[in-house]
Amino acid sequence: MNWPSLEAFLYMGGHGLYVWGSYVLTIGLLAAEAWFVLRRQRRAQQEGAR
Amino acid sequence: MQDRAHPGRSTLASLPGAEAAGRWTRFASPPRFYALAGAWLPWLWAIALASGAIGLYFGFFVAPTDAQQGESYRIIFIHVPAAWMSMLVYLVLAFWAAWGWILNARMASMYARALAPTGALFTLIALVTGSLWGRPTWGTWWVWDARITSEFILLLLYLGYIALTEAIDEPRRAANAGALLALVGAINIPIIYFSVQWWNTLHQGATISATAAPKMAATMFTALLLMTASFWAYTFAVVFARARAIVLEERR
Repeated sequence: MNWPSLEAFLYMGGHGLYVWGSYVLTIGLLAAEAWFVLRRQRRAQQEGAR
Repeated sequence: MQDRAHPGRSTLASLPGAEAAGRWTRFASPPRFYALAGAWLPWLWAIALASGAIGLYFGFFVAPTDAQQGESYRIIFIHVPAAWMSMLVYLVLAFWAAWGWILNARMASMYARALAPTGALFTLIALVTGSLWGRPTWGTWWVWDARITSEFILLLLYLGYIALTEAIDEPRRAANAGALLALVGAINIPIIYFSVQWWNTLHQGATISATAAPKMAATMFTALLLMTASFWAYTFAVVFARARAIVLEERR
């Protein structure tokens, strides 16, 4: 385990903004894309069933 | 063309290997692809989530602090897989676009269209995470060096492909115009990859070489491979889901 406390984990040696900024942005963008694609697929299935 | 020995059967079908090839070409038909991809999707999402979760655990809790860059190096676990995917997805897009153009194969053109948004997203992620990594490491958010500029051109190529294929109403013409752009743009991929060797860039050299042992600690390398596996599975899942939607939309 690398981190003595939660504060140290979030602080990332003074680089927390860059590290967490990268991860939050990446996970957010990928989750948003997956959500939009699944919504588009569901809508296409619903319209196809009509 | 009929086979004389087996009337009613085409001579192409009687060639060695044609039966195996036939099995594969059946999946080029939209209905077959739709059913097959639907069966694979839950597994692909599960692999993406599981390998991503284990990769993040290795990246943050097992891989040690880097001796030179401190904790900021942990951005590598998303930046490098995203950059790899941005280039690979473009090559696959260009392949399917060319296949659809040459053979007039509808499903191939649909694959190319389904790949483009995901490739653009990975390129954007590579550029932004690279910028966020560059600030603490190089002291600047952005430099117009060969690697970063050629990666930025890749983003413009993706956006150009999407805009071009969406702007033309007739699907066949849209696919052909997109294929031409995708093929011309493919020349940018070796430029991105070799830019750090051909020019003197601020960007570091290749993280992993096929001909040499990894220069990083084994736990760092494991985290990188797990995150790469997650991005691969995610790409397959999201592209298959988008291609299924395109199949249904074009059937209307």
